[in-house]
Amino acid sequence: MSAMPAITYNFAYLDEQTKRMIRRAILKAIAVPGYQVPFAAREMPMPYGWGTGGVQVTAAVLGRDDVLKVIDQGADDTTNAVAIRGFFEKTARVATTTSTREATVIQTRHRVPETPLREDQILVYQVPIPEPLRFLEPRETETRQLHALAEYGLMHVKLYEDIARHGHIATTYAYPVEVAGRYVMDPSPIPKFDNPKMDDCPALQLFGAGREKRIYAIPPHTKVRSLDFEDHPFRVQRFAKPCALCAATGVYLDEVILDDKGGRMFVCSDTDYCNTRQEEGHRGEMSGASPSRQPFPPRGEGAEGGALHLSPPGRDRSEAAGEGASGGEVRP
Amino acid sequence: MTNPIATDDAPLLVAEGLGKNYGARIGCRDVSLEVYPGEVLAVVGESGSGKSTLLGLLSTELAPTAGCVSYRMRDGRLADLATLGPAERRLLMRTDWGFVRQNPADGLRMAVSAGGNVGERLMAVGWRHYGNIRDEAIDWLGRVEIASDRIDDDPRAFSGGMRQRLQIARNLVTRPRLVFMDEPTGGLDVSVQARLLDLIRGLVSELGLAVIIVTHDLAVARLLSHRMVVMRQGRVIETGLTDQVLDDPREPYTQLLVSSVLAA
Repeated sequence: MSAMPAITYNFAYLDEQTKRMIRRAILKAIAVPGYQVPFAAREMPMPYGWGTGGVQVTAAVLGRDDVLKVIDQGADDTTNAVAIRGFFEKTARVATTTSTREATVIQTRHRVPETPLREDQILVYQVPIPEPLRFLEPRETETRQLHALAEYGLMHVKLYEDIARHGHIATTYAYPVEVAGRYVMDPSPIPKFDNPKMDDCPALQLFGAGREKRIYAIPPHTKVRSLDFEDHPFRVQRFAKPCALCAATGVYLDEVILDDKGGRMFVCSDTDYCNTRQEEGHRGEMSGASPSRQPFPPRGEGAEGGALHLSPPGRDRSEAAGEGASGGEVRP
Repeated sequence: MTNPIATDDAPLLVAEGLGKNYGARIGCRDVSLEVYPGEVLAVVGESGSGKSTLLGLLSTELAPTAGCVSYRMRDGRLADLATLGPAERRLLMRTDWGFVRQNPADGLRMAVSAGGNVGERLMAVGWRHYGNIRDEAIDWLGRVEIASDRIDDDPRAFSGGMRQRLQIARNLVTRPRLVFMDEPTGGLDVSVQARLLDLIRGLVSELGLAVIIVTHDLAVARLLSHRMVVMRQGRVIETGLTDQVLDDPREPYTQLLVSSVLAA
């Protein structure tokens, strides 16, 4: 048998015409911040829901000198992240990294990195359902009309229902935002903790939805406002304890169940951020090395109790025992 | 009920030569009518006579094949509805107008609580204070005789009569001047019908609403309306004061309609 010729891919898998088509959609999306631009999404060698939209946007913006980072729920080492990183290593031969600082293009699913982004970076979000009004108004013709006329009362009906049922706005992810004072946009299923990071962000933020065939964008330094009520203002989750591994506070934490006796720990969702801090010598209460008595005093809300207590109720903490414990929102 | 026609002589809504064809079939044709502020106009006729088509044309839900509809805006100018942009028309529909549908499921958001249903229009016109929205919703639920502890229940948990009352509250919360009603009492049993009619009658006179009500039930027309329009085969065949038309019908068809009502 003669040897099969090695498969050669065009740079970043998609053909040049497709990439031009996607870039045109991206340019339009940047010109009209928050507006969902339809595009002819291609079949990608991965199932819908795995980031086909994000991958196409990444492929269209990727250059040979770019350094790519892929985040899946904050982690660099989970299936989705590893697979997509491998995909572009193979098809574009670009350098990849897990470091937020080194990356120039970051494709993400469900998180915005904790490390502040810079002007020379692009953040690409994977979006499952781009239409923020979808579950309130099933008709696409009608939602387009509502966007066109900026009729967003319906979005507040959803928030109203949250307060009526739960006493506070219980939407914790995919929390709707208003972009540049005009379009209401679904920020993809990032925790609402990350919403403030989108506001006035120096990096370009692109959103790709493969199944729904939509691209939208937030240009650098654009105002992004989370919707709320005057008497129920937008608030992010707060955590009672710092990260158990790196003692970071004011970051988004994941709850990890340790045993069947109620043991649990809260650790940074952003693995790169956590690792970097640990390399810098920060130690949390459960990091393998002997805890060096909190090298840096924890700052910010809910942290003053110290790391070794299991979230005792404090002054402003009674309702905020961490995301996993109570929904994690402090109300007046 | 005092007849408010005398208090204001400028019509609120004017239809001229309205017609609508569905392909070769005629929905309605050559309908001209005027509705005055505070007046209740009943459109009666048998099934298929073009009543609902007419209501659709008047409320701009359908585009007319012929003729035009004009509406007196809050600033007093009479505007041809066909010339309004979609934004202006939709604003009109959710502030100055109401539409009470026969099937409450069409006019309500069934998965949204009663309070959310009433509050939707308020939020659509820019209310952003939860407490105020809720207070207003409770006030309106009270006016339509729904207990305030039902405010967080879905309309799915409501009876037919309650749903219909909720739909009315949802429409009236922005204090519209004109309300379209399509068989609002259809499908309700007679005692519930009677209460609902009583409620509508009270609200209409209290708020000075103009109402265009489509019904096949002459008793509803007799109870609620000042004037009525009888339709047959897409045309208006008789108009006049309600008592006059019902007690002394001129057209043979109207006579037939009136005589077909079963006396209880």
